[in-house]
Amino acid sequence: MTDFSEILQIVGLSILVSGTSTLIGSVVGVPLGVLVALRKFRGRNFVRTVAFTFYGFPPVLAGLLVFLILSRGGPLGFLGFLFTPIGMILAQSVIVMPIVMGITISAMMTVEKRLHDTSLALGANERQWRTTALHDARVGVFTAVMVGFGRAISEVGTVLIVGGNIRGQTRVLTTAIVLEISQAHYLEATIFGIILFVIAFAVFAFLQRLQAKGVV
Amino acid sequence: MSAAPLSLEGIHKSFGTKPVLRGLDAEVQAGEIFSIVGPSGAGKTTALRLLDLLDSPDAGRITFHGKSYPIRSPESLAQRRRMVLVMQNPTVFRATAFENVAYGLWLRGVPDAELRGRVFAGLDFVGLLEAAKESAEKLSGGEQQRIAFARAAVLNPEILLLDEFTANLDPFNVRLLEQSILRYRHETGCTVVIVTHNLFQAKRLADRVALLLDGRFVEVAPAADFFEHPVRPETRAFLSGEMAY
Amino acid sequence: MTALRRPREPLPWPSFVTVWRVAFVLAALLILAGMAVSIDLQPRSFIVLATTTSARDSGLLDYLIPYFQSDTGIGVRYTAVGTGQALDLGSRGDADVVLVHAPSAELAFMAAGQGLCRSPVMMNQFVVVGPNQSDPAGILGLTNATIAFERIRTTHALFISRGDNSGTNIIEKTIWSWVGYTPSTTNDTWYKESGQGMAATLDIASQLVAYTLSDDGTFLVHSANLDLRIDVQHDPALRNFYSVIPVNPSVHPSIFVAGALRFAKWLTSERGQSLIGNYTAGGVRPFQPDGQDLCP
Ligand SMILES: Nc1ncnc2c1ncn2[C@@H]1O[C@H](COP(=O)(O)OP(=O)(O)O)[C@@H](O)[C@H]1O
Ligand SMILES: [Mg+2]
Repeated sequence: MTDFSEILQIVGLSILVSGTSTLIGSVVGVPLGVLVALRKFRGRNFVRTVAFTFYGFPPVLAGLLVFLILSRGGPLGFLGFLFTPIGMILAQSVIVMPIVMGITISAMMTVEKRLHDTSLALGANERQWRTTALHDARVGVFTAVMVGFGRAISEVGTVLIVGGNIRGQTRVLTTAIVLEISQAHYLEATIFGIILFVIAFAVFAFLQRLQAKGVV
Repeated sequence: MSAAPLSLEGIHKSFGTKPVLRGLDAEVQAGEIFSIVGPSGAGKTTALRLLDLLDSPDAGRITFHGKSYPIRSPESLAQRRRMVLVMQNPTVFRATAFENVAYGLWLRGVPDAELRGRVFAGLDFVGLLEAAKESAEKLSGGEQQRIAFARAAVLNPEILLLDEFTANLDPFNVRLLEQSILRYRHETGCTVVIVTHNLFQAKRLADRVALLLDGRFVEVAPAADFFEHPVRPETRAFLSGEMAY
Repeated sequence: MTALRRPREPLPWPSFVTVWRVAFVLAALLILAGMAVSIDLQPRSFIVLATTTSARDSGLLDYLIPYFQSDTGIGVRYTAVGTGQALDLGSRGDADVVLVHAPSAELAFMAAGQGLCRSPVMMNQFVVVGPNQSDPAGILGLTNATIAFERIRTTHALFISRGDNSGTNIIEKTIWSWVGYTPSTTNDTWYKESGQGMAATLDIASQLVAYTLSDDGTFLVHSANLDLRIDVQHDPALRNFYSVIPVNPSVHPSIFVAGALRFAKWLTSERGQSLIGNYTAGGVRPFQPDGQDLCP
């Protein structure tokens, strides 16, 4: 059914879509998490609760929301992003962002307890304290990004609804697995599953190496 | 006579409904080692955090050379940078010993060449020159405490605030740190406020001692008088260990 | 932008801000590049086709699309979903053309003005399949599915339903209504729902030595791996008609109407019809051409 170049294309698209979503989700989620954790403002606890709620947001629901937004009748329909990798990236960013933000908030709050007074006592202003906290929580923040990527590459709800699982266009590993299972091609499904596992494993092994080396 | 580098006038502070400080008054003179003693829970840490402008009192004024600074104002940041608080149970940054000691200098934008010299001098001062490149977290408790002291000392503060800075340390590190402080004060002439519940330490280091009890300084006196001829009955009870806390 | 302003005071460990800036620029570049690519594709050289899983699972589309593309230069991106969703994608304007097999829903779609025109394309039939080695309900050779279902019910022979409201599932429920009985998984131990697609359901039926209702195309394509055979076929009530409907551009201006019409006309043309008639899977021809060009 599926030849080697098509498998490569599916793997490549999976990594591109999930990688880009993780990048976008992290570029937004990390600073937001830092601010929500460290800034004192009214309604901070409410924002945290919302962030943690979205943490467990079902991907299919996120997929449905983004679908309705990107559909021709929806507010961004004119862009024509439905059934394109861009649409999938947007949808996955919506999933990744709260995950990265939530884990960043937790990491930051631990560091705040430990170091806030120390940093201020040595003369930090608020901006300086924020990068200090970020540096000290770097393992947690890096983990946040990796967990976000793991969630993105292994989820099927949004990419199926928003991407449409179009062969050669929007088919990624997870939707390919679902398709193969629905056709009772269990061998192919298993092979895709193993590829998915290997990618996740490689990413987390890389993370561990960085941690062991003390890079983060 | 110019105003004292640090003075407290009627400082009140409560947490919730619980009053902790109920009118602290004191004047700390330039270049002296002023020690605050008292049982744990008396509010010593609370008082030091107020002195370091990390928190604001509910009532009363803290003045530096006669000027007070509302916290979070730009002027308060400048004043905060003229002093350093070494915290009880100091925590090190997840970084090398060098970076830890360099931290305050980075914040102040000290140029690199000068910074390296000062950091190495600071590490040398506490006997940790060899550990410069090691991760500070991996050092022992006593070594971390020495890092925390060096981290503060390299900033050449006008006022050094120390909170139980030798609690839970072995006698070797206690001696080493106490000597560092005396030497440091001797070399720089800076004003030092030491909080401790260890009376012997106060005796060894302090020029003047204040006893914090029930939210007030019940007695403030030169160290010799405080220990040899205490005026107040509470002080006598505290010194003899008769006070049950 | 605050993040790009030069800090007034030096930051400790500024590399984290640098990493963020690099990531920000990279993300922005990727998004811009992606947008540039997708905007470059206007005017479109492909159509978006919404169709049902059975059309995909039979393998017909993957076979037809390369011919259509080489004949017309128009690419086809198809998404295979449930019948209801396929028509809905059309009425939202997200698909240029739909290929479905649900006559009553199609007529409603046309009546709502969503379709430009509707042309019959082909047909296949539903069949009742059962275990290869046995026939506990005694239905082998029947040509009436209603009688077959009645016998399955009375003998309590194991039956696997899709249970997913797909077109096939709806036909199955219709047959049960002709029987005059509504089986349920709670009351009837012999009646089970797979909740999955046709191929997976066939696989389950094969493994559980059970009967099920399938379109003959999907069954024939997968029959080599299944321990199942056709017991009941050629029931006129079980014929399944596929139609192609280009979406009405006056409702949705974004529709690539020329491409959609081209596709509909090509499918019903002699060329398209003979390709459909000659398509073989698992050694058989699952679809009978039935095309008639009703588009302007
Ligand atoms: N942030 C706070 N919130 C509530 N209570 C506090 C807080 N900080 C200190 N306290 C209370 O104030 C009292 C004095 O604490 P502290 O100043 O740490 O005492 P000491 O340093 O003399 O042992 C304690 O009873 C403590 O529980
Ligand atoms: Mg204390």
